[in-house]
Amino acid sequence: MNALKQELKENIIEQLNLEEFTVEDIDNDDALFGDGLGLDSIDALELIVMLDKDYGIKLTDPEKSKEIFQSINVLAEYITEHRTK
Amino acid sequence: MVVTRPYSLKQYLLNNKPNIQAWCSVQNGTIICNGKKIVSFEKERTFSEFAKQVYKDQQWEYPKFFKMDRLSKLTFLTAEILLNELTISSEEKENLAVVLSNKSASLDTDRKYQDSINSIENFYPSPAVFVYTLPNIGMGEVCIRHKIQGENAFFVFDDFNPLFLKQYAESLTQNNKARQVLCGWTEIDEKGYNSFLYLASPNGTLPHTEETIKKLYTPS
Amino acid sequence: MKKGVAITGMGIVSAIGDSVEENLQALLTSKSGLGISKHIQTHHKNAIKIGEVGFTNTEIATQLQLSEDNNFTRTSLLGCLAAKEAIQNAGIKSISEYKTGLISATTVGGMDMTEKYWKQFASNPESQKYISSHHAGDSTEKIAASLGITDYVTTISTACSSAANAIMLGARLVKAGKLDRVVVGGTDALSKFTINGFKSLMILSETNCTPFDANRSGLNLGEAAAYLVLESDEVVAAQNKSVLAYVSGYGNANDAFHQTASSKTGEGAYLAMKKALEVAGLKSSEIDYVNAHGTATQNNDLSESIALQRIFKEKIPSFSSTKAFTGHTLAAAGAVEAVFSILALQKNSMFANLGFKTAMPETGLVPVTQLQKKELKHVLSNSFGFGGNCSTLLFSK
Repeated sequence: MNALKQELKENIIEQLNLEEFTVEDIDNDDALFGDGLGLDSIDALELIVMLDKDYGIKLTDPEKSKEIFQSINVLAEYITEHRTK
Repeated sequence: MVVTRPYSLKQYLLNNKPNIQAWCSVQNGTIICNGKKIVSFEKERTFSEFAKQVYKDQQWEYPKFFKMDRLSKLTFLTAEILLNELTISSEEKENLAVVLSNKSASLDTDRKYQDSINSIENFYPSPAVFVYTLPNIGMGEVCIRHKIQGENAFFVFDDFNPLFLKQYAESLTQNNKARQVLCGWTEIDEKGYNSFLYLASPNGTLPHTEETIKKLYTPS
Repeated sequence: MKKGVAITGMGIVSAIGDSVEENLQALLTSKSGLGISKHIQTHHKNAIKIGEVGFTNTEIATQLQLSEDNNFTRTSLLGCLAAKEAIQNAGIKSISEYKTGLISATTVGGMDMTEKYWKQFASNPESQKYISSHHAGDSTEKIAASLGITDYVTTISTACSSAANAIMLGARLVKAGKLDRVVVGGTDALSKFTINGFKSLMILSETNCTPFDANRSGLNLGEAAAYLVLESDEVVAAQNKSVLAYVSGYGNANDAFHQTASSKTGEGAYLAMKKALEVAGLKSSEIDYVNAHGTATQNNDLSESIALQRIFKEKIPSFSSTKAFTGHTLAAAGAVEAVFSILALQKNSMFANLGFKTAMPETGLVPVTQLQKKELKHVLSNSFGFGGNCSTLLFSK
């Protein structure tokens, strides 16, 4: 699980071009959207692509996906449960 | 109702004719603003490295910059340097018009996006790339940053077209659509990049003529 | 109220017909042109509905009498077809008689051919003719050449408000006396590039779109081309021309909120409508009908509804979106809906907002749900694009 969380942080920073963040800056409980990392709706769509590409998880409703993208902890748990690759 | 003006309508229109107040050009790692060299990198760098360095040196603190595509970054950084040289009230910014142009539209990013839908095995079109496959998005980024809500237009020409920019900016100001117009050219492709923006404004001092625009665009 | 710039001709090709007359018939009979793709090979084929023009490229090329080795992209073909109809409709025999311009809008350019031949460009010399037809200006140049327009030719590209901006610029140039007449509009063909892009934004509907409905589920893409001929009062008088309607107002503003999403307050849309009313010298209460942008995405329809409430207060005029007829035709949309707005004025008819059932809870606004007859004097048409680019046009009798 910790390895997955580390990997997620690295990928999120890279995929979403979070130039001013390092893995250490992101707490497992930090809010990814809103005040936390300041992600927006396009970032959410990009994360949906990332879940499909890296873990074989297909999400179809961008609104619902926001629940999954609450924090690294929530996201990692969801991936562990639903991943197909 | 009769409104008495201190001057005739014709005079008013003449007074409304803009001049060039400020300009900025970016090319080959060099930024020149109002004739002053602001940034000049000797070493060969990619555009992205160059843009990142400028962002850091200028201490912009606008992380969204890194999410932009290359054309938007180029447009944004040129506008940022130009607008930071000026004092424009937020009220004036709301009515500022933006008229930009280039040759390749958003081809640079179109290509990147096309690559992402070309492979059948690795078919993951990127929404973050797709949103930049339009040439007017960079202009939108500048508007978001400065809360500019005036008229926006983006034109595609074979070459830099100073006469068109001059006429368009004048028609906007003379019809009272805007008092000030941010005009220019912002082009990037595999071969290189160059951008040139200027502010046409009644506060300007340089004549807003085809010759002057052309001269500023091609600094010696 | 100021009279505005005379419209003396129009032409259109869209999913609901290959001429103004065919489009009108579909609008009057509330017949949607959306369906499963026939021409475009995408693996989303069965998952989405789109608005395709019926003709194949070869059929259009034959109609235009193009040589076999032509390098016209679908965007150019559609554009030429619609622009020719507009010129004919305006009864123009000689282009060179007056100072004439062409302002054409496109976003996708020659992408349809590029994506078809992309992998062959290096190996297949025959496909290489499409390299030069990729760029955004190519379709404009081809339309200009086929009409013989040389005085003033330009391409505008501001996403989905492009054609509205082309009409606005043309009207201004005629008003300022820079041109005697101008052909204005836009053209965009469907491409996999666009389909996949909108798919990745998760705003494509699997069914026919339902603008302004509480349960709307996104947009349908469409392809189309449409053009208007605008002429100066002097030309109209000299040739004793009949005028279809007037471009009486126009406005453009930036929403300055997000690359793709509209602001919650509909600021850009509000400002564009406000400016257009000012140009026309009309009060908001004088607008009889609104052809809304109404793409049927969650975001647009709510934001536009709020903007409508802000500009019209309690008295919101009858409004509808015609996107469920044609799909969202992107750069062409502003011109397609300009043609529809003029038809609305001519026929005193407001077209149905197909598919609408339930008002959205946030605003409770109900559009025109079936064809409705009413004396119309002034019609407002909205077109909003990515990049925050918002445009409003006003058409008057």
